Amino acid sequence: MRALATLIDRLIYTRSRNAKIDLIANYLRDTPDPDRGWALAALTGDLDFPTVKASAVRTAATERVDPVLFKLSRNFVGDTAETVALIWPDHMREDATEDIRLNTVVAELQEVTRKDAPRLLASMMDRMDANSRYALIKLATGGMRVGVSARLAKTCFAHAFGLDVNDVEEVWHALAPPYTELFAWGEGKSGRPDPSDIPFFRPFMLAHPLEETRIDLKDYAAEWKWDGIRIQIVGTGTDVRLYSRGGDDITGSFPEIAENFDQIGVVDGELLVRGDAQGGEAASFNALQQRLGRKKVSAKMREDYPAFVRLYDILFDGEEDIRAQPWSKRRIQLERFVPKLKTSHFDISALLEARDFGHLEEIRSGARDAAIEGVMLKRRDSPYIAGRKAGLWYKWKRDPLNADCVMMYAQRGSGKRSSFYSDYTFGCWTEDGELYPVGKAYSGFTDEELKWLDRFVRQNTINRFGPVREVEKTLVLEVAFDSVHESKRHKSGLAMRFPRISRIRKDKPAEEADHVTTLKNMIS
Amino acid sequence: MTNASTWIEPHPHGIYIKPADAWIDPSRPVERALVTHGHADHARGGHGQVWATPETLAIMGLRYGTADGAPVRYGDGVDLNGVQVSYHPAGHVLGSAQILLEYAGERVVVTGDYKRRHDPTCPAFEPLTCDIFITEATFGLPVFRHPPTAEEIGKLFTALEENPERCVLVGAYALGKAQRVIAELRQLGHNAPVYLHGALEKMCALYGQHGVELGDLRPVMDADKDEMRGQIVLAPPSALNDRWSRRLPDPITAMASGWMLVRQRARQRNVEIPLVISDHADWTELTDTITEVDPEETWVTHGREDALVHWCELNQRKARALEMVGREDEDDG
Ligand SMILES: [Zn+2]
Ligand SMILES: [Zn+2]
Repeated sequence: MRALATLIDRLIYTRSRNAKIDLIANYLRDTPDPDRGWALAALTGDLDFPTVKASAVRTAATERVDPVLFKLSRNFVGDTAETVALIWPDHMREDATEDIRLNTVVAELQEVTRKDAPRLLASMMDRMDANSRYALIKLATGGMRVGVSARLAKTCFAHAFGLDVNDVEEVWHALAPPYTELFAWGEGKSGRPDPSDIPFFRPFMLAHPLEETRIDLKDYAAEWKWDGIRIQIVGTGTDVRLYSRGGDDITGSFPEIAENFDQIGVVDGELLVRGDAQGGEAASFNALQQRLGRKKVSAKMREDYPAFVRLYDILFDGEEDIRAQPWSKRRIQLERFVPKLKTSHFDISALLEARDFGHLEEIRSGARDAAIEGVMLKRRDSPYIAGRKAGLWYKWKRDPLNADCVMMYAQRGSGKRSSFYSDYTFGCWTEDGELYPVGKAYSGFTDEELKWLDRFVRQNTINRFGPVREVEKTLVLEVAFDSVHESKRHKSGLAMRFPRISRIRKDKPAEEADHVTTLKNMIS
Repeated sequence: MTNASTWIEPHPHGIYIKPADAWIDPSRPVERALVTHGHADHARGGHGQVWATPETLAIMGLRYGTADGAPVRYGDGVDLNGVQVSYHPAGHVLGSAQILLEYAGERVVVTGDYKRRHDPTCPAFEPLTCDIFITEATFGLPVFRHPPTAEEIGKLFTALEENPERCVLVGAYALGKAQRVIAELRQLGHNAPVYLHGALEKMCALYGQHGVELGDLRPVMDADKDEMRGQIVLAPPSALNDRWSRRLPDPITAMASGWMLVRQRARQRNVEIPLVISDHADWTELTDTITEVDPEETWVTHGREDALVHWCELNQRKARALEMVGREDEDDG
């Protein structure tokens, strides 16, 4: 438990993403199974002890500590977990040399009844120092909040054992904590786990912004970039799963898609809403976003905004993995695959016939459909490779003056909005993996979205500075702006003119937000 | 029953000793002031007459240019209109004293700020028997139990070992904490030069003049970047995230303060290494000291008075909170 406590403590005070990766990777290398697997699950929030609630911690504390002193302390410290960790009597200090194995802690927390939870926590805390008590409480009640996303955890694992993060990602989804098969593979003690039968996620192939690059259409195929939610559908014949870009299982949010997919294979496409002009108006995009994260979707929602998937690519045709095939071959297979699907819920993304690059530019600027975000350019011989590989796929946005940023801080608004956190500071990534603020916006969202954002801020606060709250860096905001300029005032070296929130991207993992350099290239 | 409230009056801006017509640590200019130590929330400029230890007078001289004052050595006393006033070590910073007042058969101790653990820069706190014990309560909550100092200093050594190409920048208050951190480093065998922000130089020199050996100290101003790699640099907390730090080789930021025990506070300071090193008594020291001194009454001045008074009541001790203003302005923790 002490090793995990030290790790958590250091993560709290570490700013750079690369330094965090090193810390976690070292921990994963040095810690035995299954402790390290439990730790990994705890860091990413994948460990849940349903019978251990925050109230159990409070109950345990009030049995040991005078209630007045506890309340005064809690008010001063501001966080119950930290208060309990610090205030807990250290009476066993002398013989507190024996460390409790994380595995023991997890096993006991999994088995405890709701009624016995306070007593169990108390007996564990009696044998721990303040740091370990803090880690224990955070572990037991969730909410570790040390800025480790699932993607970052996978990167750490890959880094620890010299593996490719995309290889790791692929098997990860088929495994459950404490991931012993994963570690055995990492250490070269066994082969890569084989997750056949289970419908698991394969990482997406992503595109680079085209910017100033010019390409030859002989080598690249062009198609529209549709403005919905990118998804992957995995059908095994007995089960169908839908995954978002970050690999989250979103099957429950779009049950009609899963119900209507009756083939074996893995396909990549865009979730859209049918309607006039493919229903591209903002309201329908919001309707899709609102369904994300819901366990149940009302019949009315399904009727008002009929969802369907426009397919871009095929990764598995039947049981056959065709990702190594060139795009042109996969496209032929996709054209054969799509007609087998129900037209009510699936179609294919058409290719654009352009004579040359100039012609393509004309087609792109002539697009009237609001569901078109721009043009995708795909190298005809490109295999389907996880992540963003230079030179293979490009995105060429119609309106380049927007960026995907990560929310960093929030502040209450004024007037009518004074009870809401409505002013947001957001940032983009540096090469070192640190987030640098690039702007601040307080408009562009609906009242409904404001309520959601406010709730996000309150539930994800990691720090308070007077009226400002620092939040967990997980939410991607698409920010539109009029122009970007150089600025000495900001650490990022740039400032946006008239930035506004154009979209909340619940579907996008924070790691995929834009880099500061991308914005620098937009400086006018 | 004590009689002291007839001759000692706590006011928001200081403690007034009626028969002596003098104030202890007044926060506004008065005719006659008894000063416990040099921190700005206890020592102000502009008084008529000042009684304090020679070290405290020197510190006040450096800070306010107040040259005049009557020095009283540890253990010595003066008679002010029949009130016997004597000064005794408080173990807080150089020159810090508890003030013992004896009048009409009663003994009253005003601790000023104090701590009980070892500090190489000043003599240790001396517990004095008394009827009324007027104690500080900066860290008067049971969450505050400061770890052993050597453990905290050890974090600096670890950081230097792990990052030989960088420097460790330690934020520490100019009076007391900065010199204590240096002295603790020296005690643990760190003989390398320590680099100083300009705002710390004079106070370190003053400590040296009063016999506190701080070893090889060099101004950051005169050092080049490469020379500071793998070394410790000290600056006042306000300089930590300031432009000034750009002249340093990729600094790792640390901060030495009792408040660093609380993660939220440490994160607000944006520090990477929180050093829980305090010049104040922690909860254990406060409650142990009250038990040891065993006064008839305990009066609690600045800090978390409510909790300490509540603790006294839980332990059948008579206690009251004094409403003092303007404390903890400078004070470090
Ligand atoms: Zn002080
Ligand atoms: Zn003070």
